[in-house]
Amino acid sequence: MSDPHPEPMVLARNLQKRFGEFVAVDSVDFEIERGEAFGFLGPNGAGKTSTMRMISCMSPVSGGTLRVLGMDPATQGSRIRSRIGLVPQEDSLDLELTVLDNLTVYGRYFDLPRPVIRERAMRLLDFAQLTERAHDRVDPLSGGMKRRLTIARALISDPDLLILDEPTTGLDPQARHLLWDRLYRLKQDGVTLVITTHYMDEAEQLCDRLVVMDHGRFAAEGAPSALIARYSTKEVVELRFRSGEHAEVARRLGDVAERTEVLADRLLLYTTDGDATLAEVHRRGLVPESALVRRSTLEDVFLRLTGRTLVD
Amino acid sequence: MTTGLRPTPLWLRGLGYWAYQYKRTWRSSVTTSFLYPVLYLAAMGVGLGSLVDRHSHLVGGVPYLDFIAPGLLAATAMQIGANEAMYPVMGAIKWVRTYFAMLATPLRVIDVLRGHLGWIAVRLMAVSAIYLGVVAAFGVIRSPLAILAFPAAVVTGLSFAAPIAAFAATQDDNVGFTSIYRLGLIPLFLFSGTFFPVTELPDWLRPVAYATPLYHGVDLCRGLVLGTAELWPSIGDAAYLVILTLVGYRLARATFTKRLVV
Repeated sequence: MSDPHPEPMVLARNLQKRFGEFVAVDSVDFEIERGEAFGFLGPNGAGKTSTMRMISCMSPVSGGTLRVLGMDPATQGSRIRSRIGLVPQEDSLDLELTVLDNLTVYGRYFDLPRPVIRERAMRLLDFAQLTERAHDRVDPLSGGMKRRLTIARALISDPDLLILDEPTTGLDPQARHLLWDRLYRLKQDGVTLVITTHYMDEAEQLCDRLVVMDHGRFAAEGAPSALIARYSTKEVVELRFRSGEHAEVARRLGDVAERTEVLADRLLLYTTDGDATLAEVHRRGLVPESALVRRSTLEDVFLRLTGRTLVD
Repeated sequence: MTTGLRPTPLWLRGLGYWAYQYKRTWRSSVTTSFLYPVLYLAAMGVGLGSLVDRHSHLVGGVPYLDFIAPGLLAATAMQIGANEAMYPVMGAIKWVRTYFAMLATPLRVIDVLRGHLGWIAVRLMAVSAIYLGVVAAFGVIRSPLAILAFPAAVVTGLSFAAPIAAFAATQDDNVGFTSIYRLGLIPLFLFSGTFFPVTELPDWLRPVAYATPLYHGVDLCRGLVLGTAELWPSIGDAAYLVILTLVGYRLARATFTKRLVV
């Protein structure tokens, strides 16, 4: 018989993390359900990693309550960690060992029998597209390969919950897309994913639900499309004039869009019909150096909520 | 190892990592941990020893080789215990981040610490056993008590490893380690009774030698190998080393926790 109200994978109430006087996570509430891909989106220093480290039972909670897999990290951290996989922000692979060795030593921390490790390692190497590098040392591998190996390693214990802290930071676009594809497959297999990122496209592609985090608090939460619908317009016109002119131009265009944003290097016009708005700009005799009409993204949501861009 | 009936203790899983890694990298360590002491034994004990024995009275009533062989056992244990607790501990925090990888699994900080110190103990056992075999081949062993020099050497090594691991967990670069070598290990190696009796030191320096752990390690190992050990002084030496190991372990628990749990 299945439980009609299954306990959430992660439950946080009034969760806090402080380092001395500094408040990294400021009383947040959230629930992560089984099978869900849940994202924490925000700039560096927003409190994403601190939240991740508390969920993965590596960092003690400073205040509030946290339940992971129905257990208390303060007293059952070891048991919880036996059922979660962590992909940390900084790689912790053993560069002197081979790809396969790295999976083997990690599997032993979970006390998995050798045949089980062997069988899973082969499957995961295939999944991470590293089968041909199985017996190579890790050191010379590319950044993308190391990240994929780190993900494979986190999956060796067949975890119920996979936690990824900025999985694609520092990777080139091709490597990122390959990684997203792998994460998408995990999601389809029903693995619960918790992801932090400061890439809005990553969050849009992977997350069923996300919270926008800033200064240790949640500025908004919901599905990516719902957040865009609520906090932004359908389309955005990006205009680039000579530097220093943006504020003046914005004054003259105040009425052509629902909202305008002046950034250091460009002017954003929020509107339902980008082409019509751009035509109106031209009709007024303004000639930008470049113009782009695009759909609204989470980046715009973040800008609207915090007044700042995600990636500086 | 895994029977499916009883889980492997968490600390033993941590030790397993170091053993696995050593299997891949052991060749480079053979020189420092085994060849050097044997070369010392040959050069100082046999070479210099023939000169010493010809021109003076026997040192401490025994040939020079017999005198320094057990001293070198303790000194080697010190070197290994200290070395294994410096860069490997700092590296596992700063460079390879092995400790953090372990802490994302069921292992706790105390398991990480015990696993690493346990591995250092295994290394000390291996080197001490081999070294005692070599010493026996040189014909130095004079007493059945020599078997106790094995645990004595291991504890000597741990009495350095535990406090140095506690220190290493607070470090961010090698400056502190260089100081430990210059101000600690090298003077101890030379002046703790390994190569000549501490009684030859100037009066004012002798109490300093008595206060250092290597003096007690050397004194204990020598007494046991040569069969000259007296009960209470030996118990005193052993107690000193064990207490230093336990104090170091407690300190390491604190410094590891402070560094690894934030």
